Amino acid sequence: MTKISDFIGKNARLNVQEAISRAKDKEEYHALLSLTEERALERADAVDRGEITGRLAGVPFVVKDNFLAYGAPTTAASKMLETFNAPLQATAVEKLELEGAICIGKANLDAFAHGGSTENSAFGPTKNAYDKSRVAGGSSGGSAVVTALDIVPFALGSDTGGSIRQPASFNGVIGVKPTYGTVSRYGVVAMASSTDTIGAFATNVADAELVMDIMAGKDDKDMTTLPDFFTPSPAKPSLKVGLIKETMTDDVDPEVKQATLQYIEHLKAAGHTVDEVTLPIVKYALAMYYIIVPAEVSSNLARYDGIRYGHRAGDVRTLAELYGKSRDEGFMTENKRRIMIGSYVLSSGFFDAYYLQAQKARTLLVNEFNKLFENYDVLIGPTTPTPAFGLGENTADPIKMYLADIMTVPASLAGLPAISVPAGNSESGLPIGVQLVGQRRSDATLLALAKSLEEL
Amino acid sequence: MTQISRDDVLHLAQLSSLALADDEIDGLRVDIGNILNYIQQLGELDTSGIEPTYQVTDLQNVWRDDVIDDYGIDREALLALAPESQNGQIKVPKVL
Repeated sequence: MTKISDFIGKNARLNVQEAISRAKDKEEYHALLSLTEERALERADAVDRGEITGRLAGVPFVVKDNFLAYGAPTTAASKMLETFNAPLQATAVEKLELEGAICIGKANLDAFAHGGSTENSAFGPTKNAYDKSRVAGGSSGGSAVVTALDIVPFALGSDTGGSIRQPASFNGVIGVKPTYGTVSRYGVVAMASSTDTIGAFATNVADAELVMDIMAGKDDKDMTTLPDFFTPSPAKPSLKVGLIKETMTDDVDPEVKQATLQYIEHLKAAGHTVDEVTLPIVKYALAMYYIIVPAEVSSNLARYDGIRYGHRAGDVRTLAELYGKSRDEGFMTENKRRIMIGSYVLSSGFFDAYYLQAQKARTLLVNEFNKLFENYDVLIGPTTPTPAFGLGENTADPIKMYLADIMTVPASLAGLPAISVPAGNSESGLPIGVQLVGQRRSDATLLALAKSLEEL
Repeated sequence: MTQISRDDVLHLAQLSSLALADDEIDGLRVDIGNILNYIQQLGELDTSGIEPTYQVTDLQNVWRDDVIDDYGIDREALLALAPESQNGQIKVPKVL
């Protein structure tokens, strides 16, 4: 697979032209919603003239289309923002551009990042890189697929409950969700502000580490960014690793369990110790998530009112009608479900039983994680219960779709760093991913561990 | 089992500023009912005496200087995003 280093020191215009031609050859996967060809070529020429330099000079990449970026509309894969031309760029994109990276296009997602398959895109689903009859995963499905298809060496995504890790595992690439607050979210369409994070897809851990190193850091434009802490570090010998028992139940696909156990054998062979540990509250994590996240979604998506930007319904007479119709036409069904569930759990009479109870349960979850981290450096389990499911298989049943996030939401609720690394394929050739979870701010340790295993 | 009626759906839609089309209501009624039944399992957890966790940064009151920052965006660029504008103002249907 291609690496960032394959593009360094080459003619940047050629890098961009070739990436765009690969993207066009693979249009059938529907991984990209737009190409930013004109701007990309201008920037490539500036790199070739030596006007732009840096650690990623001339390296093409793709952003999920919920990142505000120049050169094409930022749609969030919705009718609501179909023609929205961003007047600013996300800090994460700006930082990569300052190092010479060149954005060539914008990747498909579930509209407003609500979903786990990229089937909720208003512009049609993305197909899995290994089997076009299966889903890409989501919500950052397009970003995972462009990386897996070698269109670009890395891509950006956002991860609120698994939206980077789950599609990374479905497409056999590295997916990094950092500690909450590591990377600025300025200029990224907000979903659930207490768990939204920005991360990356890459074909190898070293590249993911480099991209995270460039994007990480405090940003005055995002008050939730943490003081700078992320610095790539060498691998630590003999870590204590805990295999989370609750992620290896009979509900989990046997091949997924087998791949996880095999990865654990590699960990042991590399001198790490692995014990089975228990995180009993994890079985409630999905219920917490589907209260807290819709609550925050209902609040964050209130801004789409058809007034200042975004879709405005025609043929309305009153302001209330304008809000209601613009939102009904601009949102997908899953957006509406989440907004309405959010309105329900926040409404008077239900607030204590749902929202407050979920936030208290979240404390119990954080406490259970903290207790494990008194004795363990890293926790491990499968990234998803199954390999990629079929297109259309779960669309009729939202709960079934939500269950695909069951392994990934706990780290999101606790703000922990987590990465998905490829751990082989199923017999039918579908990728399987293993998830490594660490304490807050232990991102560098996780990446170093994954990198050392990749090198074996 | 929480049963959600058609009227409940319309009430939630109103709280959410969503003018649902008629053919959307029944599907949402079933889905929202199922989701509520799923998330109700949290009621089993004993959380007495537990403080809620609203955020996980440990940061508190991040201040900035009280100065105007236009974030490099001008009035014209923002007005250009509005679906309708006139005389440098965003146009909306009459409120009263």
